[in-house]
Amino acid sequence: MENLNGYLIISAILFSIGTIGVLTRKNAIVIFMCVEMMLNAVNLTFVALSRHLGNLDGQVFVFFVMTVAAAEAAVGLALMIAFYNNKESIDVDDVNLMKW
Amino acid sequence: MLDYVWLIPFFPLVGFLINGLLGKKIKNEAVIGAIGTLAIFSSFIVSCMVLLEMIGLSPENRVFEKVVFPWIHSGNFKADMAFLVDPLSCVMIMVVTGVGSLIHLYSIGYMHGEEGFYRFFAYLNLFCMSMLLLVLGGNMLVMFIGWEGVGLCSYLLIGYYFHKKSAGDAAKKAFVMNRVGDFGFLIGLFTLYWWLGSNHNIWTINFTEIKAASHLLPYGGVVTIATLCFFVGATGKSAQIPLFTWLPDAMEGPTPVSALIHAATMVTAGVYMIGRMSFVFIKSPETMMVIAVVGAATAIFAATIGTAQNDIKRVLAYSTVSQLGFMFLAMGVGAFGAGIFHLMTHAFFKACLFLGSGSVIHAMHHALHKGHLHDDAQDMRNMGGLRKAMPITFLTFLVSTIAISGIPGFSGFFSKDEILWQAFANPYHGNLNYFLWATGAIAACFTAFYMFRLVFMTFFGECRINSKVKEHLHESPLVITIPLMVLGFLALIGGYIGMPKLMGMLPNYFEHWLDPVFELATEYGAAYAHHGEHSSHALEWGLMFGSVVIAVIGIGIAATMYTKNSTLPKRFTDAFPSLHRAVYNKWYIDELYDFAFVNPCKSFGQFLWKGFDVLVIDGVVNGVAGVVMGFSGIFRYMQSGLISNYAWSMAFGVVVMLGYYVFK
Repeated sequence: MENLNGYLIISAILFSIGTIGVLTRKNAIVIFMCVEMMLNAVNLTFVALSRHLGNLDGQVFVFFVMTVAAAEAAVGLALMIAFYNNKESIDVDDVNLMKW
Repeated sequence: MLDYVWLIPFFPLVGFLINGLLGKKIKNEAVIGAIGTLAIFSSFIVSCMVLLEMIGLSPENRVFEKVVFPWIHSGNFKADMAFLVDPLSCVMIMVVTGVGSLIHLYSIGYMHGEEGFYRFFAYLNLFCMSMLLLVLGGNMLVMFIGWEGVGLCSYLLIGYYFHKKSAGDAAKKAFVMNRVGDFGFLIGLFTLYWWLGSNHNIWTINFTEIKAASHLLPYGGVVTIATLCFFVGATGKSAQIPLFTWLPDAMEGPTPVSALIHAATMVTAGVYMIGRMSFVFIKSPETMMVIAVVGAATAIFAATIGTAQNDIKRVLAYSTVSQLGFMFLAMGVGAFGAGIFHLMTHAFFKACLFLGSGSVIHAMHHALHKGHLHDDAQDMRNMGGLRKAMPITFLTFLVSTIAISGIPGFSGFFSKDEILWQAFANPYHGNLNYFLWATGAIAACFTAFYMFRLVFMTFFGECRINSKVKEHLHESPLVITIPLMVLGFLALIGGYIGMPKLMGMLPNYFEHWLDPVFELATEYGAAYAHHGEHSSHALEWGLMFGSVVIAVIGIGIAATMYTKNSTLPKRFTDAFPSLHRAVYNKWYIDELYDFAFVNPCKSFGQFLWKGFDVLVIDGVVNGVAGVVMGFSGIFRYMQSGLISNYAWSMAFGVVVMLGYYVFK
C-alpha cells in the first residue's frame, strides 16, 4: 500500500467536514447526512488500515458500522417524520420541549 | 379484709368499663344507673369493713400497706402499685364512697332522659376510681395517677354538655389551671426525692419510708421549696388563691358533678395531700405560714364574692372555695385533724346543698318548661317561696345551711369552731394568729350572710315568677330526695364524733382517731412552737360564743335584707354602686388574669407563630431552597435545549481528551 497517508488525510477531511456540519447546521436531515459522512470517513480509515496491515478485522468492522448506520437511518428518519407531523419543521432548534 | 383493700378502687373501675364500653348498647337507663351505683356502693361496703377492722386494731397498729403488684423497679427507683390504709385514708374512703354512692343514686333521677346517660355514669365511676387511688395510694406516684385522673374526669364532666361553648371553655380553664398546679406537685416530688436520695441515699417516694426518714429533713431550706411546690399543686386542685377561678366556672357541669367533684371530694385532694405529708410540711414554718395566710385570704375573698352572685350554683361554688380556705387555714396552723374534720363535715353539708340546689333547678326547669318560659332556671331572682312546693328539699337545705353557718348543734359548728380556735391559739404563728382568727371570723360572718340570703331568696317570700309556672312546681322524686335526707341527717349529726374537749359531753373521737397520723407532725412542730400565753378555757368559751354571735349577726343581716325589707338590697347597691359592681364581677380577677397571663400568652403564641415560625423556621427552609435555585439558575444555561450546543460541548470534550493523550 503505497499511499496510506493520502487515504487517511481524505478520511480526516471528510470527518472534519462531517463534524462541522453536525455542529453548525440546523436542518435535521443535513445533520443526519453529516453524521453519515463521519461514519463513512471512519469506514474509509478502517478499510485503508486493513489493507495496509493485511488484516481483515478492519473490513469486518466496516460491515458492522454500515449495518448500524442503516438501522440508525431508519430510526432517525422515522423520528424526523414524527417530529415534522407535530411541529411542521425539522429544525433541531425547535426540539425544545424539555427545556425549562 | 385489709388484704382486699384493692377492691375499693376496683369496683368503680369495673363499673366504668362496663358502662363506658357497653353503655351505648345497653341503652336502658335503669340498668346503667344500677351498674354505676352498685359499683360505688360495693366499694362503700368494703370501705366500711376496712374501717371496722381498723377500729378493732390498737391505735399504733393502724397502718397497713398492701402491695398489689410491683410496678416500676429501676436502679434505686422503686414504685409499686401499693395501697396505704391508715386512719386518714379511712376517713377519705368513707367520705368518697359514702357521699359518692348517694350522688350516684341521685344522678339516676337527675340525669333522667339526658343524652349520653351512660357516658355520665362511666365518667362518674372513673372519677371515683381515680379519687380512691389518690387517697389510698401508698406512694406519691400512685397518688399522682389519681391526682391526674380526677383532673381528667373533672375536665370530662365539666364539659359534659360539650355542645355548649361555655361548658367547653370552663372545662379547658379547669384543666389548664390544674396543670399549673400539677407542675408544682411534680417539682415538689422531685425535690424531695432528690434531696433525700442524694444526701442520705434514701431513694424513695413511699409515704411510710419518707415518714421514717423525715427526721433527716432540715427545718426550712430545701423543705420550704419542696413544700411550697406541693402547695402550688394543692392550690390548683383545691381552688385556692391564686388558682381558684376555675371552680366557679366548673358549675357548667351537671349539678351532681358539682356536688361530688367540685364540692365534696376532688377539691379536697389538696387538703388531704397536706395531711398525708404533714410531717414534711410542718418542717417548714414559712410554708405553714403561707398556707395559713392563703387559706384565710381565700376564705374571706371568696365569701365576699358569694354575697353578690345571683346564680344559685355560683353562690355555692364561691362558698366551696371559701370553705376550702378554712380547711387550708386549719392545715396552715398545724391543726391537721381539724382540717380533715371540716373536710368531712363540709362534704356532708355541701353535697347536700348542691344536690338541694339541683333539686330546685330540676323543679324550676320543669315548671318553666311547662309554662313555656325561657327564663334562667338557676337565677335566684326568678325563685322564691319554694318551701311550700318542695318541703323535703327545703328542710334538708335549711339544715345544711345552718350547718355551714356554724350554729351550735349542727356539724359545721364543731369543725369550723375548732379551726377558728386553733387559728387563734396555735403555737406556730405568733402575732399573726390574731389576724388569722379575725379574717376567719369575718369570713364566717359572710358565710352565714350569703347562705341565708340564698335560702331567703329561694325558699321564702313570694314566687317571683308568674303564677302559671308556680302550679307546676313540685317536689322531686324519691330517688332525689332520699340522698338529700341522708346527707341532711349527716350534716345534722356528723359533727358529734368530733366534739371539742371543752364541751366534755363526748370524747373527741375524730381527733383521737387521727392522732397516730399527725402526732409526728406535732412532735416536729414543737421545735419552733412557743407555748403559753393563750389557751385558757374561759378564752375558748369566749371565742366560741363570739363565733356563734358572728354567725347570728350574718343571718340577721340576711333576714333583714331579704325577707322583711325588700328594698334594702337595692338601696345598698345604689349607695355603693362601684363596690357592688366590683363584687358582682368577682373583683375582676378573671379580667386581671386575662390581662396578666392569658393575653400575654396569646400574644407570645402569636409572636411565635407570626414571628418565629413564619420568619425563622419557614425562612430557613425557604432560604435553603432559594440558594439551590440561585445556583441552578447559573447552571441552567448549560441545559440550553439546543442540540447544536450539546454537540459542540461533546466535540469540545472529545478534542480535550484526545489532546490530553496526544500531548501528555
